Amino acid sequence: MKTHNSFDEQYQFTGKLKTGSLIAIVIGVITIIAGFLTNHAEQTFDNLLLVGYYFTCVCAAGVMFCAIQYAAQAGWSASILRVPQAFGRVLPIAGVILLIIIIAGLSMTHTVDGHVQPYLYARWATPDLHIKGSGIYDHVIAGKEGYLNKPYFISRIAAMIICYSIFGYLLSKYSNTEDDLGGMKFYNKSFTISAVFLVLFGFSIPVFAFDTIMSLEARWFSTMFGWYNLAGLWVSGIAVMALIILTLRKQGYMSWITTDHIHNLGLFMFAFSIFWTYTWFAQFLLTYYANIPEESAYFFRRWEPQFMPWFWLNIIINFATPLLVLMSRDSKRYEGTIKVMCIILIIGHWLDYWQMIMPGTIGPKEHWYTEFSLLEPGIFIGFAGLFTFCVMTALSKYKSLIPKKHPFLEESLHHHI
Amino acid sequence: MSSTKFILGLFDDPDVMMHGIDKLQKNSVPIYDVYTPMPIHGIEAKLGIKPSRLGFAAFMFGCLGGTTIFSLVYYFLVHDWPMNIGGKPAFAVPDFIPVTFEWTVLFTAFGMTITFFFATHLFPGRAPRVMDFRATDDRFVIAIDAKGNIPHEDITNILKEAGAVEIKHNDRKYVSYE
Repeated sequence: MKTHNSFDEQYQFTGKLKTGSLIAIVIGVITIIAGFLTNHAEQTFDNLLLVGYYFTCVCAAGVMFCAIQYAAQAGWSASILRVPQAFGRVLPIAGVILLIIIIAGLSMTHTVDGHVQPYLYARWATPDLHIKGSGIYDHVIAGKEGYLNKPYFISRIAAMIICYSIFGYLLSKYSNTEDDLGGMKFYNKSFTISAVFLVLFGFSIPVFAFDTIMSLEARWFSTMFGWYNLAGLWVSGIAVMALIILTLRKQGYMSWITTDHIHNLGLFMFAFSIFWTYTWFAQFLLTYYANIPEESAYFFRRWEPQFMPWFWLNIIINFATPLLVLMSRDSKRYEGTIKVMCIILIIGHWLDYWQMIMPGTIGPKEHWYTEFSLLEPGIFIGFAGLFTFCVMTALSKYKSLIPKKHPFLEESLHHHI
Repeated sequence: MSSTKFILGLFDDPDVMMHGIDKLQKNSVPIYDVYTPMPIHGIEAKLGIKPSRLGFAAFMFGCLGGTTIFSLVYYFLVHDWPMNIGGKPAFAVPDFIPVTFEWTVLFTAFGMTITFFFATHLFPGRAPRVMDFRATDDRFVIAIDAKGNIPHEDITNILKEAGAVEIKHNDRKYVSYE
């Protein structure tokens, strides 16, 4: 460990990273416009929902990370807390973007086989599904109208995003005030709201996943889906966090981060990739074992020849790769491996979300390789740029990259495993 | 010739003991081992102890467990007595995964325990090998092999200077067999 660290250095968001993120945003905007102009509105909306949800989930993972560290009174993470705090700061932006996508997708309509249906959530939000004698009346969907109707749906998602954003904002604010005033007061306050947040978050995040993603295929449901999404959220959140920390370190900031902190983040990525597989497989096995037709339909769609290669690739990227690469101690302590694994997992979980959304909305096309168009990478790059820009801007607004009066700071600086 | 087999330096503070190690190493006195009542960060690197291979053993036991049960289940349910369960093929791999997972964990856990017992000579009913009883209580003990490390007086002096609260010249390696 270095003997002297500068805790007062403020992050300057300039240079290549800023230019790169702005270029990425421009690419994203051009792709979205091109998607609408070339009559691919539905696919564009599905992709927007995917990245909007991904963006929100990563930011929520930041708040969850802070809250877990406070509630567990963890010491090791005190020196890296600024990064997840910045995620929490960006959560309102991510949430508003997600809400705009959902509201636009629900209110913009097109006509398919003589029925007017919205671009998103057509499986339940098409009005004709609820009208007897319309030709496509579905008594199952009509029976769910009490829960799956537009005003309640939108207000539920909005309420959850507002709730998470408030906690993210408060955790960040308390930490900032602690830097100025010191003492245990703000640590204790953070502890209390973290505990409250974890209870609220733990119970509501499955509902968030049910609403935003699972209701795309409204006839199908799985109680594992919420936990499966929570696991994905956590892994991708940690991967993004580790990547940002490594980037900051390469730029010469956060000199206090040691191999042991990187090792810990690697451990998290490894452990929760296994947990993700556990929930993924639990969801699959229940369906496979019971073999009830209405449940199996979900996996049947993902088992079509157009989706099967992606289905297997998902397991290879998100389970086999972290299992084999991150198992040994040495690989977790080598920055290069961790960086590559972060990128692999970020793309892997994008593919996982793609697997959840596309088979039920766009459906099979001609070949497995034509399932992807230029829209997918374009919109992903755009949102990656937006995320980088927002988080780095939020980071540059903190006076210091370390909560310098955090009571466990010394423990974190001398972290050793 | 003296009958001393081991020289033990007993310290009451881990930091003082760490300085003691430095001092001995500076004087080129080889250290046999160090016994402490609690884990001390960074001591392995200082003493030059090789990283534990317990993780590798765990991996191997896990592989063994997984292979064992998978072969057994394959023999039972596919080869010897195929049954029609829910119309599925006899070799229904997803159904085998939970039990494979459980046996992997079971073999890993038992295997690691046995390996640990084997490596540390700790078996139920066997007197543990202890050089000084207070090393499990409130003393940090540096053990030096007396054979070849002469004169013993010099080593005693180095330990005394380093702040050892007590120095023992033991005639036998382990005191716990009495």
